[in-house]
Amino acid sequence: MIVTLLLISSVTFLLMQKLPGSPYGNEEKLTNVQKAVMNHQYGLDKPVVVQYLYYMVGVAKGNLGVSLQFGNQPVSKIIATRIGPSVQLGIQALIIGTVVGILFGIISARFQNTWLDTSTSLFAILGGSVPNFVFAVLLQLFFAIDLKWLPIGLWDNGFASSILPSLALAITPMADSARFIRTEMIDVLHSDYIELARSTGVDEWTVAFRYGLRNAVIPLITILGPMVASLLTGSLVVEQIFAVPGIGEQFTKSILSNDYFTIMGLTILYSTLLVIVILIVDILYVLIDPRIRLIGGTRDE
Amino acid sequence: MSETILSLDDVHVSFDSLNGKVHAVRGVSFDLHYGETLALVGESGSGKSVTCRSIIRLLSKNASIDDGSILYEGKNILAKSQREMRSIRGKEISIIFQDPMTSLNPTMRVSKQIALPMIHHLHLSKHEAMKRAIELLKRVGIPNSEVRYKDYPHQFSGGQRQRIVIAIALACNPKLLIADEPTTALDVTIQAQIIELMKDIQKKNGTSIIFITHDLGVVAKVADRVAVMYAGKIVEIGTAEEIFYLPQHPYTWGLLQSVPTADEADEELYAIPGAPPDLIHPSKGDAFYSRNPYALEADRYYEPPYFQLSPTHFAATWLLDERAPKVEPPPSIQRRYATFYKKHGGKP
Repeated sequence: MIVTLLLISSVTFLLMQKLPGSPYGNEEKLTNVQKAVMNHQYGLDKPVVVQYLYYMVGVAKGNLGVSLQFGNQPVSKIIATRIGPSVQLGIQALIIGTVVGILFGIISARFQNTWLDTSTSLFAILGGSVPNFVFAVLLQLFFAIDLKWLPIGLWDNGFASSILPSLALAITPMADSARFIRTEMIDVLHSDYIELARSTGVDEWTVAFRYGLRNAVIPLITILGPMVASLLTGSLVVEQIFAVPGIGEQFTKSILSNDYFTIMGLTILYSTLLVIVILIVDILYVLIDPRIRLIGGTRDE
Repeated sequence: MSETILSLDDVHVSFDSLNGKVHAVRGVSFDLHYGETLALVGESGSGKSVTCRSIIRLLSKNASIDDGSILYEGKNILAKSQREMRSIRGKEISIIFQDPMTSLNPTMRVSKQIALPMIHHLHLSKHEAMKRAIELLKRVGIPNSEVRYKDYPHQFSGGQRQRIVIAIALACNPKLLIADEPTTALDVTIQAQIIELMKDIQKKNGTSIIFITHDLGVVAKVADRVAVMYAGKIVEIGTAEEIFYLPQHPYTWGLLQSVPTADEADEELYAIPGAPPDLIHPSKGDAFYSRNPYALEADRYYEPPYFQLSPTHFAATWLLDERAPKVEPPPSIQRRYATFYKKHGGKP
């Protein structure tokens, strides 16, 4: 875990040096002396390696540095004020996406090769191939402009403001899990133990949900990691479209303005999140599949 | 024999496939009595399993039961809705499947798999059903069932898993048990234990059993009566003794000859020549014609009717027609005849 994070932050730090331009918004108006003073103040005049070491030592002490934009606020403070909306959006999107996706997948599998299956599959393919910012704009057009049911953007209406961006974000995980569950469920529904379940007289829905679902969900857990990753990147654009004051929006802004320390801080935050999600995925496996146990083997086999 | 629990009359089942309609079962008729064990034997693809799955109407989507009737306790199974069938499956008629390694749900505790049918059919409370599940586990011979009911299938051995499958089948005390090759996937010592268990259950509950197998050794241990199937038809049916000692159909001869025995260790093992018949375009005569060393010209063009040999023994082969030439069965079969007559007297 630590190694992964270290690698990601090192590579980002080095790549950042290659970004054109400087962190100063109005560079052409600054004299060389002014630039030199500022560079010195932020430590940017030192060799890259020294800068890097300084920074990493700071991170190890819990100091993420200060923003070069946004009035010299500490990066950790920026993160703290903005993480709320992002986390809420991410969690809502993940829940909507997987739950609806799993339902769609089961319906598809249950009515395999009927119009119901074809239409849900079509929807899943659409959802998987059309980028979520297209859906975001469509949702705004329909629900906010035409119907005027929900706010078009910003974050000042509580839960109502979060609905549209969550839906836009949820499209990709929804499509992914629908496709995954469909394939798995079709497999599971043809297995011997499902046939045995049927032979005990339970109906098809009970078979699908009580006997099948837990088995069909196992492979879905595997793609949960990548799914969260795509949610994180998806949120960069979607937050921008809905003007949500979240981390993603901040990230795009700081990259555009070469705000080195903010970029670094957010990269570390994102990677940490992802690494934690991967850990959670491993734990989920154990909870859902009794054949996997953390310590030791099983009694037989 | 006592009353009839199940009666099949001229049942036809076919499957739609890319190459055409497969006629898997082509006119199967038999009666099963209360408390009786009927063995269905025959090679793979002879329609044994399909026949049995038609009885609980659990066939794949591309299958259809085209003709005939299936009466369970006098009620026509084929006229029932899927909903009515669900109240029969698992409660009145249960199936034991072939492969215990795959027929248990890997992510569900075994006790729950046994308890769910009871909650479903007998409307027991969760607690009550669990208690019964533990009793059932004990009954089918799982040691420490008070502790092990919480385990998952992968924590049991193959033989134990088949015991659990049997416990699921027995959960609601069915009157009819269909065992679809329940011992095929197990090794021989475990086979014997499972067969003993099934016989024991039958003795205590009076369950009727249809036992599908291609293992004649197993048949000899369990069956009261035996039906030999070939190409979707029953070619010979009779009591176990009649089938083993007085077989009349050349296919039955072939089956009996292909069982290796210790006293014939030097001889080459017999195998029925040829390949199973094409069930998409079944021949109009006897389906066994092309593989039958004793075939008559009549077998090619005309389907043989059932010839009755005793109140319980029927065989469908033209060899039994009075116009047919006298045919000497193979030596090992003749030895079987001799054993029978030595025991019961009668014609040499």
